[in-house]
Amino acid sequence: MSTTLTPILTKTWGEDRSWTLESYERTQQGYQGLRAALGRERDDLVQALKDSGLRGRGGAGFPTGMKWGFLPPDDGKPRYLVVNADESEPGTCKDIPLMMANPQVLIEGVAITSFAIRCNHAFIYLRGEVAHVYRRLLRAVEEAYAAGHLGKNIHGSGFDLDVTVHAGAGAYICGEETALLDSLEGRRGQPRLKPPFPAVAGLYSRPTVVNNVESIASVPGIALHGADWFGSMGTEKSKGFGIFSLSGHVKRPGQYEAPMGITLRELIDMAGGMRDPEKALKFWTPGGSSTPIFTAEHLDVPLDFDSVASAGSMLGTRALQIFDETVSVVRAVSRWTDFYMHESCGKCTPCREGTWWLSQILHRIEAGQGLQEDIDKLLDICDNILGRAFCALGDGATSPITSAIQYFREEFEAGMHTPAAELFPPAASTLFGSKESVSA
Amino acid sequence: MAQFGEQTASGHLHVSPESKAPYDADVLAQLRADAETIIARYPVPRSALLPMLHLVQSVDGYITGRGIAVCAEMLDLTLAEVSAVATFYTQYKRHPNGEYTVGVCTNTLCAIMGGDEIWQSVSEHLGIGHDETTADGKITLERIECNAACDYAPVVMTNWEFFDNQTPESTVQLVDDLRAGKDVTPTRGPNKVCTFKQTSRLLAGFNDGLADEGVSAGPASTEGTRLARAKGWVAPGDDAPQANEEVHP
Ligand SMILES: Cc1cc2nc3c(=O)[nH]c(=O)nc-3n(C[C@H](O)[C@H](O)[C@H](O)COP(=O)(O)O)c2cc1C
Ligand code: SF4
Ligand code: FES
Repeated sequence: MSTTLTPILTKTWGEDRSWTLESYERTQQGYQGLRAALGRERDDLVQALKDSGLRGRGGAGFPTGMKWGFLPPDDGKPRYLVVNADESEPGTCKDIPLMMANPQVLIEGVAITSFAIRCNHAFIYLRGEVAHVYRRLLRAVEEAYAAGHLGKNIHGSGFDLDVTVHAGAGAYICGEETALLDSLEGRRGQPRLKPPFPAVAGLYSRPTVVNNVESIASVPGIALHGADWFGSMGTEKSKGFGIFSLSGHVKRPGQYEAPMGITLRELIDMAGGMRDPEKALKFWTPGGSSTPIFTAEHLDVPLDFDSVASAGSMLGTRALQIFDETVSVVRAVSRWTDFYMHESCGKCTPCREGTWWLSQILHRIEAGQGLQEDIDKLLDICDNILGRAFCALGDGATSPITSAIQYFREEFEAGMHTPAAELFPPAASTLFGSKESVSA
Repeated sequence: MAQFGEQTASGHLHVSPESKAPYDADVLAQLRADAETIIARYPVPRSALLPMLHLVQSVDGYITGRGIAVCAEMLDLTLAEVSAVATFYTQYKRHPNGEYTVGVCTNTLCAIMGGDEIWQSVSEHLGIGHDETTADGKITLERIECNAACDYAPVVMTNWEFFDNQTPESTVQLVDDLRAGKDVTPTRGPNKVCTFKQTSRLLAGFNDGLADEGVSAGPASTEGTRLARAKGWVAPGDDAPQANEEVHP
């Protein structure tokens, strides 16, 4: 195996009290990146981020330094950094453990980024359904203030920064950056028309950078070790490292921090192989449920932005959900579709109505009561959503359906007469059910 | 979608009269003082609305008519504007919530790994369905969406604390313990699960001082880190550790 793991953000997870400032400063050169940054020109920092090649870790992969560079020139009025900690894309489970085990690296990243973009009040928008992570963030901010890493005149630099950690209240759509801003302003979380982009008119209509947790947590390393260090990992167009989240039918699901471009074959090997070596890999998501599924034929696709895109999907959030041959693809897709129906914000018709229809049709196919024209109808509805929805949630809702029909059309056809649960008894897929069958 | 309070035939939202009964003077004074603290965190007052609604739940156990009225008055919004926000988010409860919200993840990954079986077992055991509460007022059961813990599937959340790698049996035991008033400990969280009202107060941004309890990370979160240590793999510029630790003894 050529690729090896690169523990950076995950390096101290699991160590005793790894979430404390004391641990962060002792074991990870904590806040030395901030001290170095405060002595530099702000524009140099933005340039360093551009040079590093860091692309957003929240799903879309937009170059982070370029995003910072889009802010208009300083007019002396407020501008904001908002960290997107809403992590709710099905399969995605990297930011939550990061903030639980190592919140200080995020806070340091917030401080450096805020300095670079001339922001004096930053926000972390955390999904509300993770109480202990909220505690850890509140505590991390308290500790950082007490140590002078936040607050007034940070380390004598004249730079002031306040950080507010804000809990949402349960709504996947608030991960979409403009819906997040509306939610943070105390409204229903519904996407805004773009342009104007947040860089021009974001929070309170002021210039705003919205970045993912892992993107911002990657900043201290770049500030301390340099753009070349970061770029020494990964591929030409997807530089650096990322946390790859394996879940489902592998022996050891979990978080694996690796250079961009690692393959699923390598990762499954690191995770101890498939849960049951007798049962083959059937399908998987490269980047959460909104990215078209892959199959065993994609095991060697380098997991970087461009290679995954050329193979017909998206790297997304590196949320690798692994399903073996015991799983009905119809059942999986039908459940994801229920999710999109439930989470559709209702603002635009194609998504609000379309996800509802998709869900109805998939339920009857799953029950073995599909109608002859149902597959065409599914594809037709997807076609009417994709590219016509107001935001990417609607597009994402079509991904699992169209890709599953592409690779497993015959399973949808079987749904005209046979229930999915008969073709693929659910007990065979469960963790506990399978233990019995393995020991039997 | 569940209704806020009850929806009348004419389509109007109906908030129950008892939920509009005024607060006692001391409760109201505390609520207003806490709300002022929240408002002070933001450059624009309206940003305080979501945390203030969590605060209302910390007092009333759900979103009440009187709570909506206080938010509207303090933020200079209409009742309709506040209600519109309160009905958008799933964590805001539209009727009195149990002391513990038990949420079974039935999104695809968890469902397939056993979440559907867990859901069926606890639902049958308690005799209630989604967003329903046991007669003793202890438990409100929910189907929840992916809670960013798929590497611990199947996952159950209790008042938004993680219960990882659950089975039907462990979840039935969990709800029995909660109903019997026993302390229960999340897999990754504080030493004991807080009540719904206590958690709501935390989510309003009032630190409860429990951050230093619990593990830093669960075993799945550190799989990669432990493997790297065992193999002697490091990031560029890092000193190689001694590759002596057994990963999976
Ligand atoms: C429906 C939807 C949900 C999203 N959820 C998240 C999320 O939970 N976290 C996140 O960082 N980005 C999420 N995004 C992407 C954000 O809109 C945005 O691109 C991202 O936060 C930018 O940060 P980055 O450039 O650092 O990746 C979501 C997008 C959509 C359309
Ligand atoms: S695509 Fe869906 S989530 Fe996005 S704006 Fe339209 S209805 Fe809302
Ligand atoms: S699918 Fe259950 S936590 Fe992600």
